[in-house]
Amino acid sequence: MAEPLLRVDSLVRRYGGIAATDNLSMEVIPGELHAIIGPNGAGKTTLISQLTGQVMPNSGTIYFAGRDVTSLPSYTRSRLGLARSFQITSLLKDFSAIDNVALAAQAHDGHSFRFWGNARKERHLRDTARAALERVGLGQRADIVVSQLSHGEQRELELAVALATKPQLLLLDEPMAGLGVTESARMVALLKELRKEVTIVLVEHDMEAVFALADRITVLVYGRVIACDVPDAIRKHEEVKRAYLGEQHAVTRHD
Amino acid sequence: MMPKLNASNAVAALMCAALILLPVYSAATGNIFILTLFTRITIYALAAASLNLIMGYGGMMSFGHAAYLGIGGYAVGILAAEGIGSGFIQWPVALVVSALFALLIGALSLRTRGVYFIMITLAFAQMAYYVASALSRYGGDDGLTVYKRSDFAGLINLSDRNQFYYLCLACLFGGLYLIWRIVNSRFGLVVQGVRSNEQRMQAIGFHANRYRLVCFVIAGTICGLAGALLANNTDFVSPAVMYWTRSGDLMVMVILGGMGSLFGPVVGAIVYLLLEELLSQFTEFSGLILGPVLLLIVLFARGGIMGLLGRMRRG
Repeated sequence: MAEPLLRVDSLVRRYGGIAATDNLSMEVIPGELHAIIGPNGAGKTTLISQLTGQVMPNSGTIYFAGRDVTSLPSYTRSRLGLARSFQITSLLKDFSAIDNVALAAQAHDGHSFRFWGNARKERHLRDTARAALERVGLGQRADIVVSQLSHGEQRELELAVALATKPQLLLLDEPMAGLGVTESARMVALLKELRKEVTIVLVEHDMEAVFALADRITVLVYGRVIACDVPDAIRKHEEVKRAYLGEQHAVTRHD
Repeated sequence: MMPKLNASNAVAALMCAALILLPVYSAATGNIFILTLFTRITIYALAAASLNLIMGYGGMMSFGHAAYLGIGGYAVGILAAEGIGSGFIQWPVALVVSALFALLIGALSLRTRGVYFIMITLAFAQMAYYVASALSRYGGDDGLTVYKRSDFAGLINLSDRNQFYYLCLACLFGGLYLIWRIVNSRFGLVVQGVRSNEQRMQAIGFHANRYRLVCFVIAGTICGLAGALLANNTDFVSPAVMYWTRSGDLMVMVILGGMGSLFGPVVGAIVYLLLEELLSQFTEFSGLILGPVLLLIVLFARGGIMGLLGRMRRG
């Protein structure tokens, strides 16, 4: 097996008496789409936030591309090639769609202590941004202010922003959250394309999407990994069925 | 790209033209008072514009911005008192000391957000106020008279009313041009991005505080220049320049004119200081009218006067 791109070792994060991440270990192999599922409150978002540095773990280690990144701030991890999308859309609301993406490109194009030239006229930043927008199907909406975009479009923009940082590993926190049936289908199609280029960790409630996309699935319950395997094995896994799939499957369908 | 033709741009253009032509009017009518008044207004407009850079564009609610007015002023005053009259020394010192002070305040206060940031910037400005009050060698509480205006080796005579006015105006326009370039630059977009959503900016790879700090220092430096102008204008500098109410005045000018609008602070300074001047002729309680005006602006015109004009199409 190839050297893992991401390795999490005995990660612990407590909130008061509750361990949101409880001695969690997992690996992500280069090129795979690794889904993380689990009931509400299983600690999925907390895990993602620790991986990208918004939340610091109490103990444990995170290795990214062979390097210990546990104590690095989020902007440094982003520079190393770790990108995330947020479950609750987190964009620059008063900026246009293309400005959002161009800033992401700018962040990875040297320092930004440039005070004079007009950044909106820098051709290569705009081109990168436009390409990322085209990629997610927002090419026609580039100049619209984010607050004027629909929820579905904002989800797609989240993805475009993450892509513009040219990540090695893309952490997607429920990209399908709140999307309608057609929008979800579009997102799945998009992720199918993206997975050819970039390693993806996908946290998602939409089981159909997860089983359609994932190479491997990790199941979290109360901050612990109860199973990690290929989709077929997870489907048959007794403990997983009991903990999760049975009751959750019906409620998370979007129809 | 041509600027869009709308009410706020039209007002800005008219305003600039009026400011440039003001000495002509003053000379024609013999109205010297208006020139003196507008010299003061342009200086405060520059200070307010610098505050707008951090407050409007950067989202940093500094409540101690008047400190730099005092620091710039004292740099000129103290050097003059010590016999160094050259503006080529006084002014760079004013800028550098303001920048260093901003670096110190910024490095400490930018660790905090919201109310705490406001309180820390306020506390530092008050500290500067008390330090100046304690400088007994330089007038202490009573302030320091600047007996001779900065000397620029005959290039420009600051004691000449018109020349000094045009110098202030040139500094204002220069400051506004600089801010305009900054706001549209890579750096400016980052600073505005951090105002909009700091977490997002960190997540895409920006060390947010580094950019905020540099922005904070730039604003403090520009305001230090306004301080140097102010000391020359009044031939005097005192701790009162740094008092927290003066920081409040600057904030009011920015909010009144329009936060995050390039010409907003200029409009704000003109309206605020003119109102103050006019009202003081009728009543001692000018705040009684200024207060409600500000309230109405805050309640009904979030973007200040410029925001209000911006919403009028081709007015």
